[in-house]
Amino acid sequence: MNATVATAIRDAVARVVDPEIRVVTVEELGILRDVTVDSGGHTTVTITPTYSGCPALDVIRADVTAAARRAGATAVDVRTDLSPAWSTDDISTSGRAKLAAAGIAPPGPARRPEQVLLQIAVRCPRCGSPATQELSRFGSTACKSLWRCTACAEPFDHIKAH
Amino acid sequence: MTAGRLDADSAPTVGADDLFAYLLRLGDDALIAAQRLGEWSARAPEMEEDIALSNIALDQLGAARLFLTYAGEVEGAGRDEDALAYRREDFEFRNVQLVELSDTDFGTAIAKLLCLSAFQHPLYEALASSTDTRIAGIAAKAVKESAYHLDHATTWTLRLGDGTPESHRRMADAVDEVWPYTFELFESDELSRRVAAAGIGVEPASLQAGWLGMVGNVLRRATLDVPATDWRPTGGRTGRHTEALGYLLAEMQVLHRAHPGATW
Repeated sequence: MNATVATAIRDAVARVVDPEIRVVTVEELGILRDVTVDSGGHTTVTITPTYSGCPALDVIRADVTAAARRAGATAVDVRTDLSPAWSTDDISTSGRAKLAAAGIAPPGPARRPEQVLLQIAVRCPRCGSPATQELSRFGSTACKSLWRCTACAEPFDHIKAH
Repeated sequence: MTAGRLDADSAPTVGADDLFAYLLRLGDDALIAAQRLGEWSARAPEMEEDIALSNIALDQLGAARLFLTYAGEVEGAGRDEDALAYRREDFEFRNVQLVELSDTDFGTAIAKLLCLSAFQHPLYEALASSTDTRIAGIAAKAVKESAYHLDHATTWTLRLGDGTPESHRRMADAVDEVWPYTFELFESDELSRRVAAAGIGVEPASLQAGWLGMVGNVLRRATLDVPATDWRPTGGRTGRHTEALGYLLAEMQVLHRAHPGATW
């Protein structure tokens, strides 16, 4: 397996988009931990779940496998790694910008356990106002909460600092 | 061991049987809690609450899958997470009775979630430094999630307890109903002592004072009393369960038993 193909496989895997938040890639979300390609084209991909029960993980596993195969992998092994636990601090700068552009308020710095009850101001991704209100700690996916902007009156999703 | 000193060389280790049994306790608490919480999908008082309880159920299910998958590997008898979840009888489950109780009222569901999450959160926090790195990894993940569960249950307990006369009455009834079942969470036995001595597990009794402080504080703020009761039902850790578990398992397992290995 030449180096060009190995690079192509790694790039293809990194470009896989999250099945539930389709504006960001698994790499930008920080759930792609490692891609190794051996001389025979056998590819090992290491991913980590956002939340333990995230139902998107099975789809990500399938999408990653398909992408690696299309780029020339002869066999693909997808491993799940829990340590260290994923944090929203792992979301890249470009990932945060894409989330905001898609109307999803990106997370602030991850909270430590003792700060759980602390409320952090979240800016409306549409009008930029900090006059927002949490409607529900639990949103359309495990990693999101549901908010409303009291300035422009639009509801929006927010990736919970985690 | 001759001296009263523990170090890396002299710390006792546990066998695969003990580790398997301990993982079943962790996994079954989460699995049965997940199944009960899932019953609220489309039945909660408001849509946001449907989503919240379903999300919490999903977190519990995620932790259960990780613990039971590991349990199956440790056992080495070829059982995977599905075999352990769908092919065991009620007397083979090792969850505490608290999580299997029927949610007769929304208040009951919230009281159970408060008691469970106030137990799981410090438990996972302690397990995150387990000498078993696999358990430590699962717990480090779950502890972040259980913080939300505790927060959510706390918010509802305050809202209902310190709400209308009707919501106060029902929340008080719910706390009274589930309270006797909370003592089982903190029972120690030979197994818990062995896994704790090996640095793998946590002595449940060590979490009791902190739990009572945390839950007692929430109840007081919610204008609710900490119930006084001498009745302490027990048996879940040895496979003796309430009638409620049988019905729960019948629903959870029926498809898998009718169509073994079914996937979709």
